[in-house]
Amino acid sequence: MSDGQLTPPVSGLDHAAGPDNAPVTLVEYGDYECPYCGMAHLIVKEAQRELGSELRLVFRNFPLAESHPHARGAAQAAEAAAAQGRFWEMHDMLFEHQDALEAEDLLAYAKSLGLDAQQFARDLADATHTKRVRDDFRSGVRSGVNGTPTFFMNGERYDGSWANQVAFINRLREAARQAAETSA
Amino acid sequence: MTESDFVRTPAKILGAGTPAPDFTLNTTPDQVLRLSELRGRPVILVFYPADWSPVCGDQVALYNEILPEFREYGAEILGISVDGVWCHAAFAQNRNLHFPLLSDFEPKGAVARLYGAYREGEGISERALFVLDADGIIRWSFCSPIGVNPGADGILKALESLAGRSAPAKAESFRADAAEMRP
Repeated sequence: MSDGQLTPPVSGLDHAAGPDNAPVTLVEYGDYECPYCGMAHLIVKEAQRELGSELRLVFRNFPLAESHPHARGAAQAAEAAAAQGRFWEMHDMLFEHQDALEAEDLLAYAKSLGLDAQQFARDLADATHTKRVRDDFRSGVRSGVNGTPTFFMNGERYDGSWANQVAFINRLREAARQAAETSA
Repeated sequence: MTESDFVRTPAKILGAGTPAPDFTLNTTPDQVLRLSELRGRPVILVFYPADWSPVCGDQVALYNEILPEFREYGAEILGISVDGVWCHAAFAQNRNLHFPLLSDFEPKGAVARLYGAYREGEGISERALFVLDADGIIRWSFCSPIGVNPGADGILKALESLAGRSAPAKAESFRADAAEMRP
């Protein structure tokens, strides 16, 4: 077993929000059509607000496409937005509209975010970012992702509950404190 | 998997090196599968407690997504629980599953017992994984705490090491044959 270690570790290829030297890095493997990921999204947002620059958030795609027919298309949309430097805006948009992830919805989101809609549509039509999504998925499997969402805190799989927002955020603070002590 | 999960792992399931007990179970109301029919390729046996429980749903859904990677190793995957054939059929349809679910229904849990993966009292099987080589020998097994979805990384590592050592394995069996032939 991987013992729940993130493989590969976070790198410059990842979508990251927050400082590189933040004491705690939270990696989420998620699926834009997964209702639990939708709930977790709000909790992660709250964690970002509360921890501020103490937290770096990384998102990797883990579309469970057999269960969620729109999950792969949505992941591609987030990657197509990333190619235009707007990953997180699209990421939020998708989680806020989990029930509307058809191709025309995705295009409408791209337009509302002011993306180059033609380029975006081409990326989706050509499935340009298939490999990226697939690579994320594979890395999740290797890291011991066992469903969505799965979180890693500073590289270790978090097996506790994320649904308890207070406990989840406290655990992040604790990880930040531990990291700060280790580096001190 | 955390260290403590590992420690809590019950040791009673069949371990590496043991020939996998053969069995014949229904895969659909009118089809049966015999394990030994699958000789010649690796087989993943996934014992799980029950259809429909949210955690197994997750586990089964995950393996369903990873099928292409299991197939890269030429491996077959079989899910096994004590649920009946019609229950499996409904579950497989609901989750859009593309691998067989075997019904260890009558006598209840008989196959799970053979593998040391039956939970007496509760009447369900453990959440136990076995990876068999092409000769039907168990090469890796893992029993997860009942509430913890074990993921797929352990299975993939086992398949990877199986693929890596297929040549030496042949050499070993050749040596064993040679030893038997000695007077």
